[in-house]
Amino acid sequence: MTPLRRLRPIIIKEFRQIRRDKRVLAILTLVPALLLLLNGYALNFDVQHIKMGVYDEERSASSREFINSFVTSGYFDYVQMLSSPGEATALLDEARAKCALIIPNDFSHKIASGQAASIQVLVDGMDANTATTIVGYVQVVALQYSQKIILSNLAKIGRGNYIPIQFDARIWYNPELKSAKFLVPGLIGFILAITAVIATSLSIVKEKERNTIEQIDVSPVKPIELIIGKMIPYALISLLAATIVLFAAYFLFDVVIKGSLILLFGATLLFIVAALSIGLFVSTIAQNQLVAFQLAALFSILPTMILSGFMFPIRSMPWWLQIISNVTPAKFYLVILRSIILKGVGLSAFWQQALYLMLFTGAMLTISAKRFKKTIG
Amino acid sequence: MNRQRIVALLKKEFSQFFKDKALARIVILAPVLQLILLGYAASIDVKNIAIVLCDLDKTEDSRALAEKFVTSGYFTVEYATDNYKAVQSYLDDNKATMALVIPRKFGDNILRKETARVQLLVDGSEGNTAAISLSYANQIINQYSRNILAEVIGSRMPIGGINTEVRAWYNPELKSRVYMVPGVLVLLLLAMTMNLTSMAVVREKEIGTLEQLMVTPIRPSELILGKLVPFSILGSIDAAIVITVMVFGFGIPIKGSIALLAVLSGFFLLTSLGLGLFVSTISRTQQQAMMVGQFFIMQPMMYISGFTFPVENMPRILQILSFGIPMRHFLFIVRSLILKGVGIQDLWLQGCLLLGMGVAVLGASILRFRKKLD
Repeated sequence: MTPLRRLRPIIIKEFRQIRRDKRVLAILTLVPALLLLLNGYALNFDVQHIKMGVYDEERSASSREFINSFVTSGYFDYVQMLSSPGEATALLDEARAKCALIIPNDFSHKIASGQAASIQVLVDGMDANTATTIVGYVQVVALQYSQKIILSNLAKIGRGNYIPIQFDARIWYNPELKSAKFLVPGLIGFILAITAVIATSLSIVKEKERNTIEQIDVSPVKPIELIIGKMIPYALISLLAATIVLFAAYFLFDVVIKGSLILLFGATLLFIVAALSIGLFVSTIAQNQLVAFQLAALFSILPTMILSGFMFPIRSMPWWLQIISNVTPAKFYLVILRSIILKGVGLSAFWQQALYLMLFTGAMLTISAKRFKKTIG
Repeated sequence: MNRQRIVALLKKEFSQFFKDKALARIVILAPVLQLILLGYAASIDVKNIAIVLCDLDKTEDSRALAEKFVTSGYFTVEYATDNYKAVQSYLDDNKATMALVIPRKFGDNILRKETARVQLLVDGSEGNTAAISLSYANQIINQYSRNILAEVIGSRMPIGGINTEVRAWYNPELKSRVYMVPGVLVLLLLAMTMNLTSMAVVREKEIGTLEQLMVTPIRPSELILGKLVPFSILGSIDAAIVITVMVFGFGIPIKGSIALLAVLSGFFLLTSLGLGLFVSTISRTQQQAMMVGQFFIMQPMMYISGFTFPVENMPRILQILSFGIPMRHFLFIVRSLILKGVGIQDLWLQGCLLLGMGVAVLGASILRFRKKLD
């Protein structure tokens, strides 16, 4: 028999088994869209309506104007006027506000005399990520106001509009910096990784648990054929899930694919195979479904979420984590996805990532095939 | 209920668990891995942003400005080019996140005391990194500009402006691990108790041993207790490991009362055990139980509860939804208690909600489980 003819019955058997368990099939195809819906709205870097308390020791016209510049910026919601600095502590303790602005009583005097006025902003730093964003906004608002004062002071000495350096910033690919635009490609990788890794590892381990794998062992089917036969159905289902997610991304979040669809599907298939090979590797370690699931979740969910650059920039991580991040294929797929979907560039921009995915898959499959033979042989 | 029978059941459950060496190892390994990843990697702050420098001016001033970017620590110059048209290709090919273009006459303009312009091109496909990088670039350029201004005019007249001093409370260095690590505690308690409980019950269903247990004198209530207690104990052990690592490894002390934390954790356990039991009643196979637990309970809870991103940033509808999610309230309790050190007077509402939800979920699940058994 040719290898191909031996493959067919395995694929057909696997498909039948998946079809019989309608619930699992439904989960595999629909959950990706559900996760997208949920994450697309829940994951949001755009911090808005930051609740701010104010302690204005001075209560002058210029301090009020300064406070007003925070409110009109659109980022801050004024919560309440505080009567002492101590109240600011209570405000943050009880989580009634995220930050407190403290204006000293020499504020307008310093501004009028051309000195630098100092203000203090207390930020709830508990959630460092939100706090980082808030600090950024505070700086922007204060900087703008400061600029205004400097310019009016300059005007007094007849140097009108002299700003030594001005910059103009152009943002490419996603000019409005919408969270959804860059999170959605990441989500596609994340979702595919979870479903593909978990589904394959469980399907193989199930055969181990029921000892049906030993029956295959005595048949003429070779391990590599069994592996390929197992992977093809799940690859197809994952591809279907990916298509659903892409459609959902288009309709729900206006994510338009700028680049080539063929490249996108090619890359997605490449990534799915990489994820399946991780699932396969997990199945060679685990003896039962419980362990397989825990391992698959451990290998796929957390690393893909955190180390892939999907939410957190890899270049800011400690060096040893940057090295470890290479074990998650999603890191490379994500670069490809963002390149195709948002930038609309071709293979020349991401051939290195594609090559790495291939090498990774090759290595994973080789190791798994060897272990596979040992565990069932 | 018979004590002897319960003890026998507990013994069986524990020996079954520890027989599975791989599982026992994962139960130890998982929290450690989660702590490391969430503790060190989950930060949106940016460092080492790769920039491509296109310095067409090549004067002392242009070099000084580029130098400011490097010494700030936020940026590293990875590429330099003299060809303005080639700049885009660096962004296209993912080689750099930002391009700093200093046009000709930059230095001239500064000398002639006219406004000099620079251009920043930013890759917006990583939107958040782009926004933060831009705000750093803004501050650097502004500072540089003010220095020049001070040199030109300073001696004659002060120019004023505002200095902003920002102080972050509870976490002065704004380390994301301070927020994430207490979150791991919550995630772990949920994962350990819910997943393992549902799996343990469904496994007996799958193998058919549940029916065998039914014909023994063991009562349904004893059976339920025998399933719930071991995983609460294991969950508590894991929680203790995480707390130890948190306090001694990450240096995040518990500012509030440990006794209160323990009591409120107990309330949360009611919910997660209840959910585990519930999942087991709607699943026939382990595969189903895992997927339902993971995709319909764990994942949604993780995102809507504010585990990674605060609830306040979500759309209104999700914020309202999140009120019904016990994990949200428990996260609030854990973070406030550990990091801020607040006591019962600030947490009683969340505590009551947790207890109420716990009793409701566990009660309903037990009823459903018993009905299924009959």
